[in-house]
Amino acid sequence: MQISGAQMVIEALIAEEVEVVFGYPGGAIMNVYDAIYQQNSFQHILTRHEQAAVHAAEGYAKASGRVGVAMITSGPGFTNAVTGIADAYMDSVPLVVISGQVPMSLIGTDAFQEIDAVGISRPCTKHNYLVTDAKDLPRVLKEAFYLARTGRPGPVHVDIPKDVTAQIALFDYSKEVELETYKPTIKGNVRQIKKAVDAIAHAKRPLLYLGGGVISSGASDLVREFSTAMNIPAVETFMARGTLHHSDPLLISMLGMHGSYAANMAMSETDLVIGLGARFDDRVTGKISEFAKNAQIIHVDIDPASISKLVNAHFPIVGDVKNVLETLIPLAKEQVDPSRYAPWIKTIANFNKLHPLGYTEGTDRLKPQWVVQRIGQILGDGANISTDVGQHQMWTAQFYPFSRPRQWNSSGGLGTMGYGFPAAIGVKRADKGRVSINITGDGSILMNIQELMTAVEYDLPVINVILNNNFLGMVRQWQTMFYDKRHSSTDLSIQPDFVKLAESFGGVGYRVTTKEEFDAALHDAIEKNVVAIIDVAVERFENVLPMVPAGGSLFNMMLEYKDK
Amino acid sequence: MEQTRHVLSVIVVNEASVLSRIVGLFSGRGYNIESLTVAPIPDSKYSRITIVTNGSLKVMEQITKQLHKLIPVLKVYEYADLVEKEVAMVKIPLSESLADIQVLAHAYNGKIINVGSDSVMVMVADEPNRVNHFLEAIKRFHPREMVRSGSVALER
Repeated sequence: MQISGAQMVIEALIAEEVEVVFGYPGGAIMNVYDAIYQQNSFQHILTRHEQAAVHAAEGYAKASGRVGVAMITSGPGFTNAVTGIADAYMDSVPLVVISGQVPMSLIGTDAFQEIDAVGISRPCTKHNYLVTDAKDLPRVLKEAFYLARTGRPGPVHVDIPKDVTAQIALFDYSKEVELETYKPTIKGNVRQIKKAVDAIAHAKRPLLYLGGGVISSGASDLVREFSTAMNIPAVETFMARGTLHHSDPLLISMLGMHGSYAANMAMSETDLVIGLGARFDDRVTGKISEFAKNAQIIHVDIDPASISKLVNAHFPIVGDVKNVLETLIPLAKEQVDPSRYAPWIKTIANFNKLHPLGYTEGTDRLKPQWVVQRIGQILGDGANISTDVGQHQMWTAQFYPFSRPRQWNSSGGLGTMGYGFPAAIGVKRADKGRVSINITGDGSILMNIQELMTAVEYDLPVINVILNNNFLGMVRQWQTMFYDKRHSSTDLSIQPDFVKLAESFGGVGYRVTTKEEFDAALHDAIEKNVVAIIDVAVERFENVLPMVPAGGSLFNMMLEYKDK
Repeated sequence: MEQTRHVLSVIVVNEASVLSRIVGLFSGRGYNIESLTVAPIPDSKYSRITIVTNGSLKVMEQITKQLHKLIPVLKVYEYADLVEKEVAMVKIPLSESLADIQVLAHAYNGKIINVGSDSVMVMVADEPNRVNHFLEAIKRFHPREMVRSGSVALER
């Protein structure tokens, strides 16, 4: 059929079974917004900032496992969205981001709201397109969705000049995507898998090192089966939280800079790392030459560029984690005697006994870790947990009792403050049956606070729990430890009244200083079912521990910090 | 780590943005490109890009993988047995001895390709290293301008 470029966008979104688009209109994208107005196949959610639109699409994508869609206008609309796009790129979140552009005839003339959008998004997208003719739109949009969700997922950006959205051309969406130059390897090499199984059978101290790729490939159930059947303990990266159930005796905990003592020691003592969908990030490995020094490394990843990038893999397996495990598990079951790892399990149990993850109860203000644990006790599996970035984020990763994949939603690679609230809105949109909690800090929450309006307008009642220590806590912690307590620009003693702030948007707010007040506030917020801010006064100088100082070895953890 | 010279031959879909994607991989990591040539492969939708760069083996492995990861990249030849050639053109004042220039050019697979009112132009085509030698040797004829094409390479 012959339709306009703008209508093509709508038709493509319908064909991709998109149910929600997060966005913000403007001059160059108006034709598409006009077409959105005239359809009722999907919902459009107007966020109050373009960055928030992309984060909301990310939250939606992570919680649902589908491709998230964001739409913005040219120039500042696009540049505002870049942080979100970069965030999705770092955390391999499948997104299609559609931006308006000035008309073709004005490109390159410093036109109003013109910016070289594809030039900016090139290094932070999986792929991008500038569409110069409406006849290319069906193919480009179909490729965009295909690229976003296949292989190593990621954001794809489509930039459409205004005159192209008005141009009439043939719309045919039936053609299969044909990309001769893009063929991700899904199936692992069987010979390599056999070698890996052999290594597992001969190992004494194997360790599963689980990354976010396990969750995006939908392999969590297989990993659980594998770990249990083989009696192999596991550490999770920050991105992989929820892959194993928190009560699983084989789950050691999170590893890395703020990983548990047991997890980091297990990684330092293992003789065989079984890396699944993880990328040996510097926040995980610490000093790379000391990382898993005694171990051989099996590395399964869909992205060949992730393998042997930082740590040399002895058994590289390029493939989808789920697909590889389907081949690997039966072979392992034949060959591996699970009882041989019993002494290793015992060693790890001793690590855990020696320095369990914990904190000391305060006398005065609430401990932030208690708040995280309390939310877990009250809501557990019934909540999806998002966070912003900083101390609160690490405490949540350490102390929340995660029980399933996609329950956890946080900005890992890019570490974007302001991510949590809009992402939690996207999560709520994807999973309305569960409570959507954003655990945040008094710094982060103000970076996208305007989304209170979005949450109210679209009835997406996110509960924001501010662990308020009147500091940019993580930076303050580094300043205390490594900069001789010069707390440069991190003291946030001057703050808004968060209760009134929430109320002014039509939400509810609570100021909490005791355990009883916290319980009451959380229950009330759940019951009121509108967007909420629970402002919890917590211990100001609490540190995230254990801590591997940047560049240090994993086994050299700071387990406590004594004020000099 | 030891920095060595590497020649990469990359087959890409011939489309508007592909060169900036490739160059961006290098510039974003702070790596220098020594030479770069691009031209379409006849009767196909592809182009061949030849890149000469310096780096450690580890860096080259990562660059090769990242190149592969770009959507419009079809093939990357790195360790392939490559035959490599480069063209150089030099403008020399007519006052110099044409016979001597002709002999020198001939030694490097070249010849005089143009004679103007006050200068001659010489072209050579040889291995990049030999082109270096030629450009050194031609200095005695007081060259006014010179240009090098950058390497082109083809797997044997």
